[in-house]
Amino acid sequence: MMETTLTINGESITATVEPRTTLADFLREQRRLTGIHLGCEHGVCGACTIMVDGEPVRSCILYAVSCDGAHIQTIEGSDTDPVIVALQASFTAHHGLQCGYCTPAMLFTARDIVTRLPDADEDRVRLELAGNICRCTGYAGIVRAIMAVLHDRRAKNE
Amino acid sequence: MSDSGASSVFEGPNSHIGRSLSRASARRTVAGRGRYTDDITLPRTVHAAFVRSPYAHARILKIDTADAEAMPGVVLVMTGAELAERSTGPWIGTLSCFEGMKSAPQYAMAVDRACWQGEPVVMVVAERRALAEDACEQIVIDWEVISPTAEAETALDAGTPVLHPDLGDNLAFTKTIDRGTVDDAFASADIVLEESFSFGRHTAVSLEPRALLADYDPGTERLTIHTSNQVPHMIQAVFARTLGVPEHNVRVIAPDVGGSFGLKIHTFGDEVAATAASIELGRPVKFIADRLESFVSDIHAREHQISARIAVSKAGDIQALEIDDLAGVGAYSAYPRTSVFEANQVLNITAGPYKFENYRAKTTVVYLNKVPTSQYRSVGHPIGISVGEHMVDRAAETLGMDPVEFRRRNVMPDDAYPGVAPSGVPVNDLSHEACLEKLIGLMDYEGLLREQAALRKQGVYRGIGIAGFIKGTAPGPQGYYGSGGAPIASQDACTVKLEPSGGVICTVGVTDQGQGVDTVMGQIAATALGIPLDQIRVIEGDTDAVPYGGGTYASRATAIGGEAVYQASCDLRREILTMAGILLQSDAETLDIVGGNVVTAGSGEIRVPLSEIGRIGHFQLGELPNDYQPTLSATRRFRLTELPYIFTNGIHGAYVEVDTDTGFLRLLKHWVVEDCGRLINPNLADEQVRGGCVQGLGGALYEHCLYDENAQLLNGSMADYLTPMAAEMPDIEVAHVETPTSESELGAKGAGESGTGAAPGVVMCAVNNALRPFGAAVTAQPMTPEVVLRTLGKI
Repeated sequence: MMETTLTINGESITATVEPRTTLADFLREQRRLTGIHLGCEHGVCGACTIMVDGEPVRSCILYAVSCDGAHIQTIEGSDTDPVIVALQASFTAHHGLQCGYCTPAMLFTARDIVTRLPDADEDRVRLELAGNICRCTGYAGIVRAIMAVLHDRRAKNE
Repeated sequence: MSDSGASSVFEGPNSHIGRSLSRASARRTVAGRGRYTDDITLPRTVHAAFVRSPYAHARILKIDTADAEAMPGVVLVMTGAELAERSTGPWIGTLSCFEGMKSAPQYAMAVDRACWQGEPVVMVVAERRALAEDACEQIVIDWEVISPTAEAETALDAGTPVLHPDLGDNLAFTKTIDRGTVDDAFASADIVLEESFSFGRHTAVSLEPRALLADYDPGTERLTIHTSNQVPHMIQAVFARTLGVPEHNVRVIAPDVGGSFGLKIHTFGDEVAATAASIELGRPVKFIADRLESFVSDIHAREHQISARIAVSKAGDIQALEIDDLAGVGAYSAYPRTSVFEANQVLNITAGPYKFENYRAKTTVVYLNKVPTSQYRSVGHPIGISVGEHMVDRAAETLGMDPVEFRRRNVMPDDAYPGVAPSGVPVNDLSHEACLEKLIGLMDYEGLLREQAALRKQGVYRGIGIAGFIKGTAPGPQGYYGSGGAPIASQDACTVKLEPSGGVICTVGVTDQGQGVDTVMGQIAATALGIPLDQIRVIEGDTDAVPYGGGTYASRATAIGGEAVYQASCDLRREILTMAGILLQSDAETLDIVGGNVVTAGSGEIRVPLSEIGRIGHFQLGELPNDYQPTLSATRRFRLTELPYIFTNGIHGAYVEVDTDTGFLRLLKHWVVEDCGRLINPNLADEQVRGGCVQGLGGALYEHCLYDENAQLLNGSMADYLTPMAAEMPDIEVAHVETPTSESELGAKGAGESGTGAAPGVVMCAVNNALRPFGAAVTAQPMTPEVVLRTLGKI
C-alpha cells in the first residue's frame, strides 16, 4: 500500500492505495465519482477520460499512485467550468448523446478541442475524436455540438 | 383501422405528436449523473469474477478450488456442478415455432465439458473484484482437450466431431421457404446470375458492458436484481424459474443502460451465477463483465455464408430468386430467443421490396465450438438486404439498365397493400415507390452520376449505391416468442394515473437505453390527455413499478408500447371528463382537456383545472355522489393480432470512393428515406437511423470476430477489434415518408434498427458500383482493404 495525495475537483485528498489500483478505479470506488465510466480498461475506448493537470487523460491506464500531487477534474467538478457547461448545453440541444455512457469523457475531449484548436473545422474535429468511441449516436450530433461551441466562441472571440 | 378522431388529436394545435423535443433525461446524463448498474452501491456487496475455459472444447476432469478459497477476501467459490445443484435445471434454447430445431441442455456454468473458449466454469466471489481475480488465478483445472468444431462449411461432414453426441449431428435447424414455381422460372429465364457471399461474425460492443447487481434478502426471501438490461420482465421470469425463487418475489430494475443494441435481452450464465451467489450468501453480489471477457461471453451474431441466384427477363423483370444460407452459430442455441431466429429472418426479408412470386430460400444452421449467437440489432437484415440488393444490381448491370430504373420497375407498388413479400410474409402500408422517388431527389442522383463519370476519367473510382428493404418490427404473438413457448411478453402495457396535484404518472412496460422512449411515451400520453409535457412523468424499467411488459427489442417500444400508452391515456381522459361533467353538472361531451385544464369544447373556456379533479378525486370525495367512485387510473395492453410483424420499408443511398491502390474506402455521403409510420418525435427517430447506420457500417467495414482452426478467438480486445470512429463516418441525411400502420390508432411503426440493416448493403452496392470498370465485385463483409485488394486481384 502507498500513500498518494491528489487534488480532486479542488479538494485535497490523501489516501492509501494499492499500487496496482488504477486512477479510474480509485476515483470511482473510493471517491464515488461515478461519472467516470469504464468501457475497456485498456486505453482504447476513451470512456474513462478525465482532466489531469489540465489535460485529458485515460484514467483506466494510469495508476493512482503515479498521480501523486496532480490536479484532477472530473465531470462532478465541472459545474463551474464554463467550457464544459457550454458543451453540455450544446450536446443536449444537438443530440450529442443517447445512452450517455461516453458523454462525460466526450465532453473532456471536446473541451480540449475547443480550447486547443479554436479554428478547427469539422474534419479536424472528427480526427480529434479518434480516441472516443460512441456506439449510439454515429457521431453526427457530437460533431454538430462541438462545431456549435467552436462557432460560438469564435463569434465571441474568446 | 385508422380513426379520423385519433388523427385530429394528433394533428391538433395542442398535439405533441411530431414535435422534435430533446430528451429530458439527457440533462441528467450530460452532467455525469447517469446511474449505471456499476454506480449503484449496496451495503456488504461482494464481487464475482469467473474462470473461463481457455479451450474451445474440453472435458473438465477435476477442479481444485482449495487454494482459491484460502485467498484473502474470498467469500465463495462455486463450480458449475455446484451451481447446477442450485438451479431448477438446464436451459434448452429451442422455440416450438422453429420446427425440428434441436439444442443441447445448457448449464449456466460448464459442468462436465466446456464448449466454447470463454464459457464460464468457476465463479469466485470476494470483497473486491481484484481479489476475486487474484483467487481465480489459483483455481486449478484438469482439462482433457477435445477436437473442436470450428468451421461451418464442414460442420455436417462425416468426419467432423459432433459437439453434442446426444443430438446426433451438428445441425441446429434447417428450413426452406419455397413459393411459386422456382425451378420452372429458372429453366425458362432469359438471364440467370449467381453469386456467393460471406458475412463475418461480430458482436454488439455496447460501451457499458453487461452488468448485474443481485441482492437477495433471506429475511423476506425477496430477490432484487439491478441490471443493465432491456427486458426486466424477461429477466424476472427466467431468473425466477432457473433459481427457484417465486416470480412474484423477484424485482428487476434496469437503471441507466450504457448501450445494449439487442445484446442485453439474452440469458447469460455468468449473470445467473452471480445471482445464485447472492442467494447463497444472503448479501449483494455484483458482476461487471470486463471488456476482455465480454468478447468471449457476449452473444455474437451474423456468421453466414450464402449463395444466391436470380432469374430476370430481358425486359427487366425479376422472375425468381433463390438463396441457400449456411449460418455458423455457437455451442448452444441461446436461451430463450434461440440462435436460429437470425437465419429465419434472412429467409423472410431477402429481396423483400420486390413483386415477384417465385422465391426459394433455405437455411442450414450449424453448431460450432464458438461463443453462442443470437439477436443483435436488425437481426438477419444486414445479410438479407446485402444479398438481395446486390443481386438486383447485378441484374440491372447485365441488362444495361440503370439500378434505379430496375428498382422502379420491380418494387411492389404503393397501392398493392395488403400484400405479401416474396417470402410470403404479410406486408401492409408500405411505400417503396414513394421512398425511392424521394431518395433520388434527396441524393441528386443524376448529379452524382455525372460526377462519377467525370472522376472515373481521372482514375478516381466513386460508386453510387441504392438499397431498399423491408424491416420486421414490433412482433406480435403469432409465430414467435410467446407462441414458441418463451417467457417473453408479446403484448405491452401502460398504466396512467392522475395525481392529486393534477400531474400525471405514466408507467410503461417498455424500456429506455437512451433512445428517448420515456420522452416519446410522454409526448403520446400528454397529447391524448391534453396536458403540457412538464405535467407528466414517465416511469420505466422497474418490475415493481410498471405493468407487465416485454421491454424494448425488435423496434417495438413506440409501435406496441406507445399504442398502449395512447389507449390508456384516452381512457383516463374519458374518465376525467366524466368526473368533470358530474362536478360541473355538464354533459361530458361538451367538455375537453386543453393545457391541463378541463375546458368547454370549442370555446376553450377554462372550467376546472386538473389539479382540482385530482384533489377532489383523491382527498375530497365527499363532493361526489355516493354511487360514483372514480379510479383516476387506466391500464391498457396492446398486441398485434394477425400479423407476426409490422413490416416497415425504406431505402438507403450511399456515395463512396474506393482507393484501388490501398483498398481503403471513403464514405462520402449517406442518405436514408425511412417510412416508420406516424413519427412521434422526428429528431429522435432520425438519431436512431443515424446511430443504427454507423453501427451497421461497423460490421460492413471493420468488425469481425476472427477465429482460428482451434476455434480460438484471435482478436478479442478493443486493440484488434475495430468499431467505427468519428473520422471515418459520413454525414447521414434522413428523410421520411409517413404511412401510418393500420394495426393501431397511433399508426407508429418501429424505427430503431433499420439503419443497421440496410447500411451494409448500400455501401457494398456502392463499392461494387465503383469497381464496375474492373469487372470485379466484393461479396464479403467486412469489406476490409484486404478484401477489396483481393477482389481487384492486387494481392
